[in-house]
Amino acid sequence: MNPSPSILKVMLGIIRRDLSLALRRKNDSLSALFFFIVVASLFPLGIGPEPMLLAKIAPGMVWIAALLAAMLSLGRMFADDFQDGTLDQLVLAAIPLPLAVFSKTIAHWLSSGLILTIASPVLAIQFNLDSQSTLILVLSLLIGTPLLSLIGSIGAALTLATRGGGMLLSLLVLPLVIPVLIFGAGAVDAHQAGLPIDGHFYLLGAMLVIALFFAPIATAASLRIAVE
Amino acid sequence: MSKPDASIHSIGLQLQSVTCVRGGKTLFADLSLALQPGQLLRITGSNGAGKSSLLRILCGLLMASGGRVLWGTHPINHDRDAFHTQLIYLGHTAALKGDLSAEENIMAAGSLSGDVITNSMARSALIAAGLGHLASKLARTFSQGQKQRVALARLHLAQHKPLWLLDEPFNALDQNANEALQVLIREHLLRGGIVALSSHQIVALDQMDRVVRVNL
Repeated sequence: MNPSPSILKVMLGIIRRDLSLALRRKNDSLSALFFFIVVASLFPLGIGPEPMLLAKIAPGMVWIAALLAAMLSLGRMFADDFQDGTLDQLVLAAIPLPLAVFSKTIAHWLSSGLILTIASPVLAIQFNLDSQSTLILVLSLLIGTPLLSLIGSIGAALTLATRGGGMLLSLLVLPLVIPVLIFGAGAVDAHQAGLPIDGHFYLLGAMLVIALFFAPIATAASLRIAVE
Repeated sequence: MSKPDASIHSIGLQLQSVTCVRGGKTLFADLSLALQPGQLLRITGSNGAGKSSLLRILCGLLMASGGRVLWGTHPINHDRDAFHTQLIYLGHTAALKGDLSAEENIMAAGSLSGDVITNSMARSALIAAGLGHLASKLARTFSQGQKQRVALARLHLAQHKPLWLLDEPFNALDQNANEALQVLIREHLLRGGIVALSSHQIVALDQMDRVVRVNL
């Protein structure tokens, strides 16, 4: 047999392809970004302009908005590939399927979660968060949004060949990401209350490490079932 | 691109008592055959008979309900990733991304199968497939036949891969493209490659003496 191709090159090829597609379908990324901003902006309008109250609820609101915005693009993570037949080519790739899935997850995060994280300081200003709290919010999103992509990829693969997959995807994924929401928003809350935040970040980090290892394997297994 | 007359190192493909059950219905059972380098597996049968399923079993996309498929002396799932580098599978969809150009699609597909495909190689393959003028056009603007030809252009870059699995490759092709594809397949067989193809059409390849026929 031929010598093994460079795994890294194949992975980079997948990331490059998905990012090229994301750049050419800017509407998907921009829709998620605008949804994030609009949802988070609705809360001050509904609750009232009390600065102390807004600063208090800001972490939770921004995190919930980020979570819902990330859900928007999850459905298409594998659905387009499934429709046009490129999912077969992904399963037949020259690298283990979990690594191919991991590459797609990285591309998904770069085109969704990272953009939401970069936009979050704008919302923090709107919620009257101080600079230290804003920094902690950004850091928590930086660790938390990859988790949304990783956990979401399992749901996206499981609901691939099902009818009404969008609703099912939300029902599957949202309960699974509750711990991410609790510790992500909790880190900012803890800082505002003058409590140590290390524990929250350790737990988010631990969840990320576990998801990095297990989520691509679970997603790959689901994709194999879907292509059958 | 490798030269058409360069021989390739190929080993045989064997099916041992392969059974396929889909949706509770047995499509075929106890199918056994052996393909040697240079042989063509011609799969025929009515709609729903299991032609695509058989091709998907051959490449490992679908698990056989019984029996096994051997590449050389090993089951194909023994070292799945290495086996994937030995084959090219073209399904009944063209597997193209509409928002990528023809050239980018070929490069992306090549990269997935572990090959380094440069812009000029992809362009050469498209020129060989008669689509040089469409190389930088987005695939979503193509007709069904053009999409099929872009997919088949990948074969020009897959001459070093011993196993070609082609599901209805003549669909939507015009007469010239049909003949060019048959030449490509014939050259691959002469190089010592193995080709398995399903098609409803009767083609000149059927007259070759190295054809193994399966009617499902």
